[in-house]
Formats: sequence, structure tokens, C-alpha cells
Amino acid sequence: MSDGKLQRGERKASAGRFGRYGGRYVPETLIAALDELTESYERIRTEADFQDELNGLLGSYVGRPTPLYRAGRLGEAAGCEVWLKREDLNHTGAHKINNTLGQVLLARRMGKGRIIAETGAGQHGVATATVCALFGLDCVVYMGEEDMRRQALNVFRMEMLGAEVRGVSSGTRTLKDATNEAIRDWVTNVGDTHYIIGSVVGPDPYPRMVRDFQAVIGRETRDQILEQTGRLPAAVVACVGGGSNAMGMFHPFIEERDVALIGVEAAGEGIGSRRHSASLSAGRPGVLHGSMSYLLQDEDGQIAPAHSISAGLDYPGVGPEHAHLKDTGRARYETVSDDEALDAFHRLARLEGIIPALESAHAIAWVLRDGPGWRETGPLVISLSGRGDKDVAQVAETRRPR
Amino acid sequence: MAHTSSETRLRARLDARRAAGRPLLVPYLTAGFPDAVATPRLMAALAAAGADVIELGVPFSDPLADGPTIQGSSQASLDAGGSLDATLASLRAFRRGDADTPVVLFTYLNPVVRRGVERFLDDALEAGADGVLLTDLPLGEDPDLEAAFESSPLDLVRLIAPTTPPERALRIAARAQGFVYYISRTGVTGARSGLRQELAAEVSALRAVAGVPVVVGFGISTPAQAAEVAGLADGVVVGSALIDAIRDRGEAAAGAFIAELREALDRAPGAGRAG
Repeated sequence: MSDGKLQRGERKASAGRFGRYGGRYVPETLIAALDELTESYERIRTEADFQDELNGLLGSYVGRPTPLYRAGRLGEAAGCEVWLKREDLNHTGAHKINNTLGQVLLARRMGKGRIIAETGAGQHGVATATVCALFGLDCVVYMGEEDMRRQALNVFRMEMLGAEVRGVSSGTRTLKDATNEAIRDWVTNVGDTHYIIGSVVGPDPYPRMVRDFQAVIGRETRDQILEQTGRLPAAVVACVGGGSNAMGMFHPFIEERDVALIGVEAAGEGIGSRRHSASLSAGRPGVLHGSMSYLLQDEDGQIAPAHSISAGLDYPGVGPEHAHLKDTGRARYETVSDDEALDAFHRLARLEGIIPALESAHAIAWVLRDGPGWRETGPLVISLSGRGDKDVAQVAETRRPR
Repeated sequence: MAHTSSETRLRARLDARRAAGRPLLVPYLTAGFPDAVATPRLMAALAAAGADVIELGVPFSDPLADGPTIQGSSQASLDAGGSLDATLASLRAFRRGDADTPVVLFTYLNPVVRRGVERFLDDALEAGADGVLLTDLPLGEDPDLEAAFESSPLDLVRLIAPTTPPERALRIAARAQGFVYYISRTGVTGARSGLRQELAAEVSALRAVAGVPVVVGFGISTPAQAAEVAGLADGVVVGSALIDAIRDRGEAAAGAFIAELREALDRAPGAGRAG
């Protein structure tokens, strides 16, 4: 509408945008469902009864607030003051449940009795299956067959929790293909089904809704670091695949201009190898899974396969708000290779007695590499987004601890 | 709108067919399936068998609006070297023998964005396309992009779904160029057994307001279904069933299948004059 006036029922073009990124690039069939979800979310999120139920369960069921732990020996090794935000101590072992709990409470209020989700490493699938068990909802989780092989234990966990895991054999048989299949399910069963997306990706309102549910990470961190050190961190550091733990950590600090926001992408076998998942560092803007953001793609606009040793970072896209934070320069995005992440995995285990998820090990690795430059700046906070139990078998295959 | 209906090959063809009371038959073909050499040949066979418009699908790595059949043809095309450039080359080859049959490019947005919209429009026009259908660009979601398409000589064909609220459906119909593609049911593309009962009323309401023909697709797989739909709408789109026929019975099956549908449509009672 060139005159700037909106007709009834029409959205502002800027709705759900982060600069030029985001939007709702979806089949027409989903528009009504996205309208319903947006309207419901905006209404319900502020209701006292919803907030009370969410906060109550985050405390008594998930185990929040998670500790902010000063990692002394890791700090010595890195050459700076390091704190770990212990999202690995959440029920189910990762930050993913912050989002699935929020969305399942929303879905119940919207009267949706069937839940679907996609999963890569299986952490989001487990977190979704968990909250569906908690409320007795039907749950279908789509997972690439390659990921089912890499993360067989999580497949078993989801099934124990009563979810149906549907293997996806198309494309690269990983997270992007599982997401395609979940969207196809949603297009088909849109009347009675809520789709719980696991990261800050997808069409509006998902990126901002998932961010809002994950922002509890950054809010707690802010309160805890102020209480324990009397100052804000010099930087907050988090791994970025789709980018939900990073966005949750970053968001409460965006207006704090003195706090550096550092996202760490998976360089896999090296950016030059083309076997990586560094969408922001090496990709180009495009449209996938309903939003515009940076993507790994070829010159024809075909989505390129992603690679990372960690299934949770193995995704060729990234949340649109990260794309905007990159372009504006508010956040910095760095990369860490498979080998560096593996090394950091072992070092955190030996130095602190904490086995991190391979995803989170990317953030640890960056701090180990860049730590000396932060000696005088004040504390760094790393989002330790998940625990590494799921990765132990894979790491054992790769390399023996030194 | 930057162009009038009389200017486009697509509108001229559709208006002539509608005036003659002939239901529109719009087959969909994935470019580069089963291979690039076959595509112009298949397009010619479809035109000879009675296709009014050909939807030519640009293969894409992540076709999330498509069911297993078109996922398969898209992947097979990519595996055999399919691309946007190869799609346009097939179209050019088809145009050397057929200057009349309108062709609508059916594509996901990313290959268009990657190329740049202006360059895409230039290339598509030069290759002989008449319209474009963007699966993942719904009305109102990217006004700049939509304006670029709407002001080009290519017709921007719009989709309406059964979940589209009536008021929005009217706005889409009012903005549509060429024709409106009504999705007969929720879900992805693919052959199905029955038609929904509500379809007649929904299509009838749409035809009352649309300034362009309304064609129905998603799940139409047999001559009987096509004839039934032709009784309510201006025409039908047939995609997955055609791809299935080519995959299972070979290239020669394409023309035969479309000819069967053509015959069923032309015999359908009330076809093309419904509403």
C-alpha cells in the first residue's frame, strides 16, 4: 500500500521485522494460523495467570534460576575472569525447555491438543516431549535420519516420554529437512496443531516469541553478575546455530552498550572447506523456513548443506534478529572449528568437572582462544547452554581424552 | 497495476478460453525432471494435448510447500544439474517451437532473491515467461518485492488457501494478475482421493469477486476429479499426478494423461460456465 494506510486485517510491513530481516515468507495456508498465534501470544504473554504458571513451573519443574558460576580454573587457562551461566542444569539438560514450556502453556490456552516439533541434536525434541508429557498432549517430533543415528539416545528418551519420533529421509537428513517436514505437517493439520519451533528462526512471531521465552537467561545473568561482582560483564558469549540461547542471553543486554555481545558459530572443518555452519560469517541473505536471514547457499539460491560436529549447530540458517545485530554491528560473530570445540569439551571437563554440550563447547573454545585480550576488561559470561552427556559416545568415537 | 490485461499473452489466452466456455487446464511440470533435455519436449507435449497454461516449476532444495512427489522431482532435477538457469534455458527451447502457450514460473523465493529481483524479471521475460507464482510470498508480507513483480510485464499469480479468511481472500483476488490459484485443501501438494464438500461454496464466493479466472489445484489426480472441479471453477491445476505419471510410466504418459484430462474437462456438464 503506497499511501501508507492499512486496510482492515492488513499488517504493517514492518511487523515482525528486524531491519530487513525476518518476516513471514510462508505458504498462504499458514497466514491465518500465524495471525492467530501472533494475536494469542500478544494477548496471553502479559496475563498474570500465564506469567504465574510459567514462572512457577520454571522454578519448581525446570529448576530456575540456574546458577551463575565463577569458573576459576577455566579463567586461569583463558587468562581472564570467566563466569558460566549454567543452563546445563535445567531439567532435560539444556536451555531448550525455557521455550518449550512457554509455548506449551500458550498452546493449551489456544486450545491446541496436538504438538509438533523439529529437532537436530534431539535436545529441543526431548524438551518438547517432556512438556507434552507434563500436560498429556499428543507430540510428534520430526528428526533427520542422520541425526537419529548420531543422537540415538535422545530418540529413545523422546519415545520414553511418549512422543512419536518421525524420521526424515529427504535432503541432507538433518535439522533443515526436519524443519521442512514439521512445516509440511503444520500446513496440513493447522487447525488443531501447534508447532513449537526450537530456535529464534521461522516466520514471525516465532523469532521474537522464542527470544522472549529464552530472555530469562540474560535477565538472570544480569541480576546475578551485578549481585556477585557489582558490575555488568564486559562481554556475554554464546554459541549460535539457530541462535536461541545466544538471543536469550543477548537480549537483556542490547541496550547496555558497554557489554559486548559475542556469538560463536561452527566453522566445522574450516570456512574454506565449505563443511561448516557459519551462516552469519560466511553466508548471504535469503529466505528459508519463513524468514529472511543469512543462509548458506550456492549461486543458484539452493540451500547448501551445513556441517558441524555438533548436531545442534548443524543448520544452514540463523535467526533474523542475529542477522540484524550483525549488520548493525551491535553483536560480533566469531567462528570455532570442530577440533577447537572438541578440545574445549575436554578442557572444561578436566578444569571444572563440567562436561559441556558440543554446542556450548564452541563458546568455551572462543574464550580460551581470545581470553588474554579480556584480562583487564572485566568478567566474561559464557552461556553454557547444555550438558554434554548426549555427546559422550560421539566424542569417545572421535578421540580419547588427553 | 502497471499493465493492463490486454497486454499479456497470459490474459489474452485466458480471456479467449473463458469466452469460449472452455475450462482451463493448467499442468505443472518440474523443470529438469526427469532431465533438462526432456523438459521442452514435455512442455510441447502438454501444449499439444490441450494445456492452456503451463506452470514450470523451478527446482529448489527445500520445497516445504510440496509433498513427496514434487520433492522427489525437484531433487531429481537438482541431482541432474537442474537450476534456475537450466529452467530458463528449457523455457527458451520450448519457445522456439511455441510462441503462444503461456508459461508461469512456479518458484520458491530464495532463488529469486539470490539472483536479484530485477535481474530475475529480466531473465524470465527474455526467456519467454508470462507470469510467476511465488509459493512463499503471501500478500502484504514484502510490499517492495510485491511491487517489483506487480509493475513488471510478468503477471504475479496469487494463491488463496481454504484457511484464508474471506476478507483477505477478496483482497488477494483483487490484487491477482493472470489468474488466482485456489488451493483446494490444507496441506502440501500431492494426489488425494476426494474433494472437500465446502469447495463449491468457497470457489463460488471467490469467482463472484475475482476479476481474473479462478483455477483450483492441490490434490487433483483423475479425469473425474478434474471434471468435477471444472463444474465449479474456471479450471484446474494438475501437478503431482502428472509427475507421478511421468515417473512411473515414462515421458510418453504425460501427453496421454493431459489429453484424458482435456477430454474429461470439455465434457464436464457446466464446465467453464459455473457460478
